[in-house]
Amino acid sequence: MNKPQTTLARQLQDHFGDAIQSVSTACHETTCVIGRDHWLDVCRELRDHPDFHFEQLIDLCGVDKLGFGLSEWKTEEATFTGFSRAVEKLGPGRFTWEERPREKVKNRFVVVVHLLSLKHNRRLRLKCFAPDEGLLIVPSLVEIWNGANWFEREAFDLFGIIFKGHPDLRRILTDYGFVGHPFRKDFPLIGNVEVIYDEKAGRVVYQPVSIKPRVNVPKTKRRDSRYLVKGQETC
Amino acid sequence: MAEIKTYTMNFGPQHPAAHGVLRLILEMDGEVVQHADPHIGLLHRATEKLAETKPYNQSIGYMDRLDYVSMMCNEHGYVRAIEKLLGIEAPIRAQYIRTMFDEITRILNHLMWIGTHGLDLGAMTLFLYAFREREHLMDCYEAVSGARMHATYYRPGGVYRDLPDEMPKFKESKWTKGKRLKEKNAWREGSLLDFIEHFTEDFPQRVAEYHTLLTDNRIWKQRTVGIGVVSPERALQNGFTGPMLRGSGIAWDLRKKQPYAAYDKVDFDVPVGVTGDCYDRYLVRMEEMIQSNRIIKQCVDWLRKNPGPVMVENHKVAPPPRLEMKKDMEGLIHHFKLFTEGYVIPEGEAYAAVEAPKGEFGVYLVADGTNKPHRLKVRAPGFAHLSAMNEMVKGHMLSDVVAVIGTMDIVFGEIDR
Repeated sequence: MNKPQTTLARQLQDHFGDAIQSVSTACHETTCVIGRDHWLDVCRELRDHPDFHFEQLIDLCGVDKLGFGLSEWKTEEATFTGFSRAVEKLGPGRFTWEERPREKVKNRFVVVVHLLSLKHNRRLRLKCFAPDEGLLIVPSLVEIWNGANWFEREAFDLFGIIFKGHPDLRRILTDYGFVGHPFRKDFPLIGNVEVIYDEKAGRVVYQPVSIKPRVNVPKTKRRDSRYLVKGQETC
Repeated sequence: MAEIKTYTMNFGPQHPAAHGVLRLILEMDGEVVQHADPHIGLLHRATEKLAETKPYNQSIGYMDRLDYVSMMCNEHGYVRAIEKLLGIEAPIRAQYIRTMFDEITRILNHLMWIGTHGLDLGAMTLFLYAFREREHLMDCYEAVSGARMHATYYRPGGVYRDLPDEMPKFKESKWTKGKRLKEKNAWREGSLLDFIEHFTEDFPQRVAEYHTLLTDNRIWKQRTVGIGVVSPERALQNGFTGPMLRGSGIAWDLRKKQPYAAYDKVDFDVPVGVTGDCYDRYLVRMEEMIQSNRIIKQCVDWLRKNPGPVMVENHKVAPPPRLEMKKDMEGLIHHFKLFTEGYVIPEGEAYAAVEAPKGEFGVYLVADGTNKPHRLKVRAPGFAHLSAMNEMVKGHMLSDVVAVIGTMDIVFGEIDR
């Protein structure tokens, strides 16, 4: 575990001990990783305990770690062969459903929560990893912060994370009858279906998507001198 | 024979009072709402996913299109997240420009809100008045960025360019000429700052006009007093922010509590409501316009006296001046790399929030050391507000649903994203 740097990080570690997996500070923000078993207990305590008093849940979202830090462009050796040969047919926005990436990533889905304490005027970020095997089940926070309701519905809709104990876990942003979870990194940017008006049928119908994936700027990872400023704290 | 107790009614998505594409499924008992189930997502464009496939700077334009009546505030949230991750800070003049335009945006947003809210509740005149003032502010947007609405003016490390010395004037036409033309151009003789100053001197009288139309208006009060009451506890539980929270009596404003840009250097007050009904929220927003006007005035004064750079000198992030690019090899390389590949943000994550006119607009950015974000999450204030729809309209009449939609100040660009 990293050495806690802020008062809040220290307080969290002293108060919860083993119930939380890690506490870290970057960019003046405290992040706390909590296991699924302690997720509800810790959150309730964070809301009610006078030292923390996080009375507001500001945001809840899912994050998909697939393809994290992936570089599409071979910048080292491909310079002489030209752009088109240097870019691999991978990466966000550059594949169709059939070509989607299928590799397994550990701790792929994570639920990220941002809390705000009005009393202490500070923020906290919580993380809870969904299980890698089987259904992505994470306990629901609706009981603790009612405002989590729609945020969890959104994370369910876009990432397929199931919130156990949620009173009304329906899709929220996507179309009625939508198939798939569009914000997963293996879901193509162009989607799978499109809607058109069918003259013969006299109604709007679905058909397989007809556009081609097209992303012009390759995703490029660089760790050269331009970005390594000495003494500057990177977050 | 079975007796029908409640019936289900469909409200929207093509309803003028639904403020966009809101579809409400209302469970009605006579004219009383038993249950409201908002269906959203009809304007879902997957902005966050699109941003994942673009270099950082190319997504600034998407931010304008989220909450499309408070454009620059959205940009501010996004560029602040990037600045936080890069560890750069905009020059002080850029901070003041941002503060000024955030407040111009707040007035823009509140004028739109009061216009449409009034229109929904039967106050037609106000809509025309509000749009008259909005036009001036749109012209400020245009003068500074070239676009009336979707400005893309804020950039990581500052703003795109300094304020113009000249305000565009109306040209003579068949309808506008002679004395009328002179009148229309009266504010436009000097620079943009002069124009804004003219506006700030005029605006308090305009707000007073709105007050005479609404504040003591019997119909207005009948439609808003005691409607959609939210207690402070419930407001916190539901994740309310901005005027929705302040209307319930909680003095929480990010501009005061977690100051950003130049808000700690300007003087303003935060209005707070008492009962938490639609009328209180109306009063809070009206007062916010006056306070914004105050802030703009102070910014104009400061900006007049303090010229300086409006963009960081770090050309790894901000493009070099055009002239330098033409003359200097390194400038050319910087320019080329920035506009083809963009800049790389080191691995990390940050959450940056601004006090947008509707509430806390937050951007959660996960960077993976490449030139594109790994994940961008936009925390839209309207999303949290609308999720409390059922709670707020339960037990009210159908016509009050319209008042509650109005008081939430919802815009579907940000809710559906």
